[in-house]
Amino acid sequence: MTEHLPALQVVIPLLCAPICMLVRYRDWSWVVALFGSWASLAIAWVLLQQVIATGTISYHMGNWAPPLGIEYRIDLVNAFVLLIVSAIAAVVTPYARESLRTEFGSNRIYMFYTAYMLCLCGLLGVTITGDAFNLFVFLEISSLSSYVLIAMGNDRRALTAAYQYLVLGTIGATFIVIGIGLLYAETGTLNMVDLAKRLADQPLSRTIGAAFGFLVVGISLKLALFPLHLWLPNAYTYAPSVVSAFLAATATKVAVYVLLRFLFTVFDVELSFGFMPLDTILFVLAVIAMFAASAVAIFQTNLKRMLAYSSVAQIGYMILGISFANVNGLAAGVLHLFNHALIKGGMFLALGCIFYRLATVNINDMAGMGRRMPWTMAAFVVGGLGLIGVPLTVGFISKWYLVLGALERDWWLAAALVLISSLLAVVYVWRVVEVAYLKPIPENATKIEDAPPAMLIPTWLLIGASIYYGINTELTVGVAKQAAQQLLGVS
Amino acid sequence: MSGGTAVAFAIGLPLFGTILILLNDRYPNIREGITITTSICLALVVFGLVPEVTSGGRPGFVLAEIVPGLPIAFKVEPLGMLFAMVASGLWVVTSIYAIGYMRSHHEVQQTRFYACFAIAISSAMGICFAGNMLTLFIFYEVLTISTYPLVTHSESKDAVKAGRTYLGILIGTSIAFLLLAIIWTWFLTGTLDFTPGGILKGKADGPILGILLFLYMYGIGKAALMPMHRWLPAAMVAPTPVSALLHAVAVVKAGVFTVLKVIVYIFGIDTLAGIGQDDWLMYIAAFTVIAASCVALTKDNLKARLAYSTVSQLSYIILGAALANSLGIIGGGMHIAMHAFGKITLFFCAGAILVASHKTEISEMDGLGRVMPFTFIFFLIGSLSVIGLPPLGGSWSKWYLMLSAAEAGQIIFMFVFMLSSLLNIAYLMPLVARGFFAEAKDNAKILKETHSEKVNFWNGIRIGNIREAPPFCIFAMAITSTGCILLFFYADKIYRLLAPVAGIQG
Repeated sequence: MTEHLPALQVVIPLLCAPICMLVRYRDWSWVVALFGSWASLAIAWVLLQQVIATGTISYHMGNWAPPLGIEYRIDLVNAFVLLIVSAIAAVVTPYARESLRTEFGSNRIYMFYTAYMLCLCGLLGVTITGDAFNLFVFLEISSLSSYVLIAMGNDRRALTAAYQYLVLGTIGATFIVIGIGLLYAETGTLNMVDLAKRLADQPLSRTIGAAFGFLVVGISLKLALFPLHLWLPNAYTYAPSVVSAFLAATATKVAVYVLLRFLFTVFDVELSFGFMPLDTILFVLAVIAMFAASAVAIFQTNLKRMLAYSSVAQIGYMILGISFANVNGLAAGVLHLFNHALIKGGMFLALGCIFYRLATVNINDMAGMGRRMPWTMAAFVVGGLGLIGVPLTVGFISKWYLVLGALERDWWLAAALVLISSLLAVVYVWRVVEVAYLKPIPENATKIEDAPPAMLIPTWLLIGASIYYGINTELTVGVAKQAAQQLLGVS
Repeated sequence: MSGGTAVAFAIGLPLFGTILILLNDRYPNIREGITITTSICLALVVFGLVPEVTSGGRPGFVLAEIVPGLPIAFKVEPLGMLFAMVASGLWVVTSIYAIGYMRSHHEVQQTRFYACFAIAISSAMGICFAGNMLTLFIFYEVLTISTYPLVTHSESKDAVKAGRTYLGILIGTSIAFLLLAIIWTWFLTGTLDFTPGGILKGKADGPILGILLFLYMYGIGKAALMPMHRWLPAAMVAPTPVSALLHAVAVVKAGVFTVLKVIVYIFGIDTLAGIGQDDWLMYIAAFTVIAASCVALTKDNLKARLAYSTVSQLSYIILGAALANSLGIIGGGMHIAMHAFGKITLFFCAGAILVASHKTEISEMDGLGRVMPFTFIFFLIGSLSVIGLPPLGGSWSKWYLMLSAAEAGQIIFMFVFMLSSLLNIAYLMPLVARGFFAEAKDNAKILKETHSEKVNFWNGIRIGNIREAPPFCIFAMAITSTGCILLFFYADKIYRLLAPVAGIQG
């Protein structure tokens, strides 16, 4: 049984999807989704422990040996990402039941869980697979289901947002498949390890260069790297709160992982950063993202949109870490995948709680919210401190390694930029704090209670974790550092 | 209680108090009782550590390892011991004062006030006892955030604006400069432990150390080195006990304390003196001393005047540290205590005047001394200590600072200290003079204004023509002004405590 865990990691959510469809009754389909996400978390945890204990796991799908058969290959990097994705799903699913009550028509709720399970399956599949084409297939599963999930938002603009994402996402996916096709044409294999081996033996050709370009651009679109982020703000703003939280914490993270995988495993550092000047390109784009997106976030009145722009900025930090191409920088990138997932997931869930009671997340309606929904707002503020990078939160740990990575590279300016850009986060977080805590409750406001425990507990789980892993970094830093060493091929 | 446990208690007690305070939201008397009890317990714990530290012990403990090789660790050394004594001792007095002030001024949200105050004290203890720069930084940031609700206490537009300045400068400098300096130090040396003699020696060449010094000094926004001083005058919108916390008990003292720690234990005074990269710092600090005093002269609002006075006095300590010799460190460390007692007395008086007569501008205070004699006498004592006249504590720290300037061969800074003392007289004495000697433009009006309310135990004292602040306030001011006098006679104790830090064999 345990040797089939890699397959089960993907198969369980995949099977849960049609079952959700079949049971139809909304609470039952919720139970199925709950089972699917919790089982995924358990499997991801066991896999991570196995990888830590025994090293990389290679699983041959249907016993077909690679490179012809599909290989699921789990090393520290993707074991960690699997854990992030499934942990977020496991926290978000219990929250979804209550939250969807107000945000989504109840007679079609089983469809939501179906799409949700498919999306989870796709994201886990992208992460776990060692086969480039298989990766593309799972990427499409996750993308298509996330278009559906976003379109389920009860604002009509959700439809255009989903459509916009559909168009851009498809372009990105096409780029990726072209890149993979070119690689196949050049090397005759799709298995990533095999690809890496054959690419290393071959002289650099124009085809490989083109494949590299297509892949990087396509993946950058999926991970919303500035200036390819245009789909993201609308999608996160108009999607149901659960979906915003889930996608913000997982989808872009998985795309960052794919970028890491291609840059460091398939192509190697020499090609990615030596032959191609990708470090400079990524560095510049990341810095622009950090500043421009944060600056735009300051002027948003819709808090979900504000968090969406903040996400673009935070992705900038991850990419910045990658652009350093050294252990500390890369570790910071991997670490921030995890840390940002906790922070942003928790903050979107907090906004979901507010939406549940107020049916709006506009900053002008937040006056006195610190007193009207104390627990929810407190969660939002603690999450915000994490975004700023205040010590004792996970954000601080990410910044620490990011700056170390910059110093190691002798990029003093980059180190200063990282810290200065976090001051923009102070501005957009504190704007909310001022309104919520220092403005009186409007006189015509109805009396509301804080969000129900079914929503508050998941929110605080993520926010609490963002504190816990800011103090006890043994797991996160340990794994991230080793993962970075694995990616760079140093030890 | 062993030393390590005592340190843990010192940090944990105020936090425990915070919880109890929050739980007793509805029972003001119990809530204030808890505040006072906690503060007294804390003071006992802190003072209990003194014998061990004086005899050369360095108790401490390790809490958790945040980054591999870099734990949250605590270790008591003399400078921190001194600051902890000042902070914990003055917390008791401030709590007593706050009861009188907050009740008679009918402040809102008092539970939040007492709770945040306790958290701020806990983080101040963390700063005092931090064993490495990271730990200090963590508590430094907690202190900033926990005092934000205190600064914006009134929730008015002005308070929100002040809060922005406060948070903007303190968080901004600490993240952009201080954190960068800390990570850079870690990158260069692989350690952040506070080590006698410094850790940067031989790890980097002069110019880099110069840049680091710049980053540290401007990163420690709480030390209010010009031009990063704006937050301090802005924060005067807060209630008076908060001003006491900011100006005397914890916040600015945490700033200059960090400056001393960085110079003594990160750079090392010998290293700093050797590389000669700190001239600019001396001149900026001297400029701040003089300029802030001059600005204080122009302020009619009493709290604003005192705020600029604090900016000026803080730079005494920075200047002492920048002179980079033993006497400078001793003078600077001593000035933390001396200025704390003097300035807290002055702020208490400003608050007492506000509570009893609702006056904030100095020009309106003609003849008020005869209505509030106690307050004005305490103000006189506090002023004389800040000016530095014997037999008051402030004279000793100035003495050592001037000696330090002489030893460093920087005669110009002796003149700076003297000039500043004259300016102190010029901006503090007029209030006393006006209060006692100036003829009120409308004496009857003052009496009418100050005697219009019903007086009870909680909001004031009235005996004949005397209309004073509440007994709790008077009591607190009496303690601090007595402290100013006592410190004059016990300064040698501080000298002996600090001697090992400055490298003098006791």
